[in-house]
Amino acid sequence: MLKVKVNDIDIEVEEGLTVLQACEIAGAEIPRFCYHEKLSIAGNCRMCLVEIEKSRKPVASCAMPVTEGMNIKTNTKLVEKARKGVMEFLLANHPLDCPVCDQGGECDLQDQSMFYGIDKSRFKENKRFVPEKYMGPLIKTQMTRCIHCTRCVRFATEVAGVPEIGAIGRGEDMQITTYLEKAMESELSANVIDLCPVGALTSKPYVFEARPWELKKTESVDVMDAVGSNIRVDTYGWEVKRILPKINEDINEEWISDKTRYACDGLKYQRLDVPYVKKKNNFNKISWPEALHILKNKINSTNPEKVAGLTGDLTNMETLFACKELFQKVLKSKDLESREKNIYINLNSRKNYLFNSEINGIEKSDLILLIGTNPRYEATMLNARIRKSFLKNNTEIISLGDLGDLTYPYKVISNLTEEVKKIIENNSDISKKIKNAKYPLIIFGEAALTLNSSKYLFEGFKKFLKENNKINEEWNSLNIIHSNASTVGSFDLDIVSKTNETLEKIDNNFFELIFLIGRDNFSFTKKNEFIVYIGSHGDKGAEIADLILPGAAFTEQDGYYTNLEGKLQMAFKASYPPGKAKEDWIIINEISKLIDKDSMFKNKDELLRAMHNYLSSSKKDELSSLFKEEYISEKIFTLPIDYYHSNVIARSSKTMNECRNIRTKLKKTGTEG
Amino acid sequence: MSIKKISKEQPDKFEFSDENLNLAKKIVLNYPTGKKKSAVMALLYLAQKQNNNWIPLAAMKYIAKYLEISYINVYEVATFYSMYNLAPVGKYFIQICTTTPCMIRGAYKLVDVCKKNISEKEKEFSGNKNCSWTEVECLGACISAPMAQINDDYYEDLNAKQFEIIIKDILKDKKPKAGSYRGRVNSEPEKNRQTLLETKNA
Repeated sequence: MLKVKVNDIDIEVEEGLTVLQACEIAGAEIPRFCYHEKLSIAGNCRMCLVEIEKSRKPVASCAMPVTEGMNIKTNTKLVEKARKGVMEFLLANHPLDCPVCDQGGECDLQDQSMFYGIDKSRFKENKRFVPEKYMGPLIKTQMTRCIHCTRCVRFATEVAGVPEIGAIGRGEDMQITTYLEKAMESELSANVIDLCPVGALTSKPYVFEARPWELKKTESVDVMDAVGSNIRVDTYGWEVKRILPKINEDINEEWISDKTRYACDGLKYQRLDVPYVKKKNNFNKISWPEALHILKNKINSTNPEKVAGLTGDLTNMETLFACKELFQKVLKSKDLESREKNIYINLNSRKNYLFNSEINGIEKSDLILLIGTNPRYEATMLNARIRKSFLKNNTEIISLGDLGDLTYPYKVISNLTEEVKKIIENNSDISKKIKNAKYPLIIFGEAALTLNSSKYLFEGFKKFLKENNKINEEWNSLNIIHSNASTVGSFDLDIVSKTNETLEKIDNNFFELIFLIGRDNFSFTKKNEFIVYIGSHGDKGAEIADLILPGAAFTEQDGYYTNLEGKLQMAFKASYPPGKAKEDWIIINEISKLIDKDSMFKNKDELLRAMHNYLSSSKKDELSSLFKEEYISEKIFTLPIDYYHSNVIARSSKTMNECRNIRTKLKKTGTEG
Repeated sequence: MSIKKISKEQPDKFEFSDENLNLAKKIVLNYPTGKKKSAVMALLYLAQKQNNNWIPLAAMKYIAKYLEISYINVYEVATFYSMYNLAPVGKYFIQICTTTPCMIRGAYKLVDVCKKNISEKEKEFSGNKNCSWTEVECLGACISAPMAQINDDYYEDLNAKQFEIIIKDILKDKKPKAGSYRGRVNSEPEKNRQTLLETKNA
């Protein structure tokens, strides 16, 4: 520990900190533009100047390490004068267009010029003009406003792992640009918008939509993937205007993926706002009582054995639990399924389907083995952590099969199950590496669990790790990446077909009445079934439905989600369901009321209490014994993920469509409007 | 000075010649292992020499791949330094120093000669396409101001008349003699050495 003085206050700080960090500990705020705690130190904006005793000049505090006995002053005349000087230079070429700038109201330069700016400009010369740069469909640029802090450059190179942004030219002609003005090929690209301290990089889809002070801010959780990034939903009236990251060091740090951020315009389009019934291949609007009446007749006339339900990828746990109760107690059906394929799952313990090492744990790992997973597309934020781990510990990363660019180098080995067999039978040099590693990470993707030999692979690996003491109380190296937000919650609530046959039966058109609760990813062809779709968007599920009950999206209802590490988080209600749509659990509750008046939850508290009770009860496994544990030689593939189109909200989003077009390099035909 | 314009006409491919490839290998060996990206400036210069005194984008990509760094890294360096040309220049590339000492000694008269004989604007080709000119900052030959650099040679102690003759020669594809045009040897005084006569190699 080092003893330093900040503004005559004595503090003790750790070694290796910078003067700026020490000042922060002492509670002295330092203005800054280029310094960002998650990025490397550049020291080029000079805004953080402080006075240090025995130093003849003011010192850039962000780049100066603390030494013993330093006497730092942040509130002297000299400091203020120095900062005023820096600010004057920054403002010399900065345009006075705050009234038409989207950053206005949350602009670092605007805020700090309130303290350090001077009222009149002494700069009489012509201001510099920099042409706009194309940076893809998400980032709007206005490069004249740029103050060259290089945060975006450092973010792209360090965190995103796509070194495509740089500063070209020099001196007054320095310009920030992507290489030859191409779109950034990263799923994290839009984070540079948050990083930009001025209005040089602003959000393209959100351009001129609202001012920050007009928006209602709700802290919530993301559902685009199973990571459960923490987000802030900004709404203006009913409409979700934008989504921003909320800092959570354990999950997403300060970043979110582009899909999380920009799929929100999908909440405006393709919405179901009134109940519909299909008559002669046409959807007709009907009222809620009529719709429920039709449904009641249908349920009463159907044998409980012929009723099935599929829950969706974005469904919250309240709805899932209400569905479970509905199927178990009211409809008396066993066929409620949350999985999209019959993936192998062992419900004996939560540890069998979680990311046990936790996202934070990735940072200390020293060996990562990827089996049938592409973390870049299945869990973008988690991939960023793997990159961080690679940069920090030079972690060795091995993948079964080539996955393309993961933003970090990795070793490719054959993608045959033989490779896993060799490892768990101790016949491979990777088994040795796992044994020698202190914190190995074995990551299974859902794709590896769909294989015929998935039980052999998973249980075999578990046994191997247990034998070598890699699964113990301190460290559990066996991990699974799920790709959907609702998956872990569904498994926690045991929403899997007990006979493992539901999906097969659906494919064989065995059922007469099928409930699709927010389920849009399926592959069966409809014959004579009566299909009820409960959900928010008119997508694949609604298309084949006979009766549509409009539900709410994740921003329109309070709902629990469990992320892939098993953290229970709540998404809060930021706006209201459109038209006559209702919250999902209310719809399920009303359906159960139709059949059995007593079965209904009186209010949400009662539902939550019952759900938490269920979650804390012990687990029973009836499923995993249905899988054969046998070794078959086959190839391990990763899930074919259409990243920008992976769920209903993203599919309805214009921004996501645009991103997808650019990524798949579709040429514009001029007819898309 | 404004930001350098990248040529719109770009060759599709660039590769080092065998001779330059050997040289590049040697240059990379000058740096510690794992730090080969430090060789980027030397390799850019090599590429410029090989490709008629300018660097195409293909060459930047080639060098980036050769040094295992990103394209933007090479691009940043190439746009930063003024001595890398990113658009084609004439077979005779004239750089006129217009920094203070040369300016005082009449550098702008040389510029006028270029404007009259080669092209109205800098970095544009002459009528017969074998010559282009540009103003540059100090070339370090202030003692023989005003001066101009034509490809690798310095032409010093010029005046407008002499410079016009030089340019006319160049336009006819004749290479004039380099060095001082007032008969000086290197940077010695005009009428030979006056001091340190007893030292041979002073």
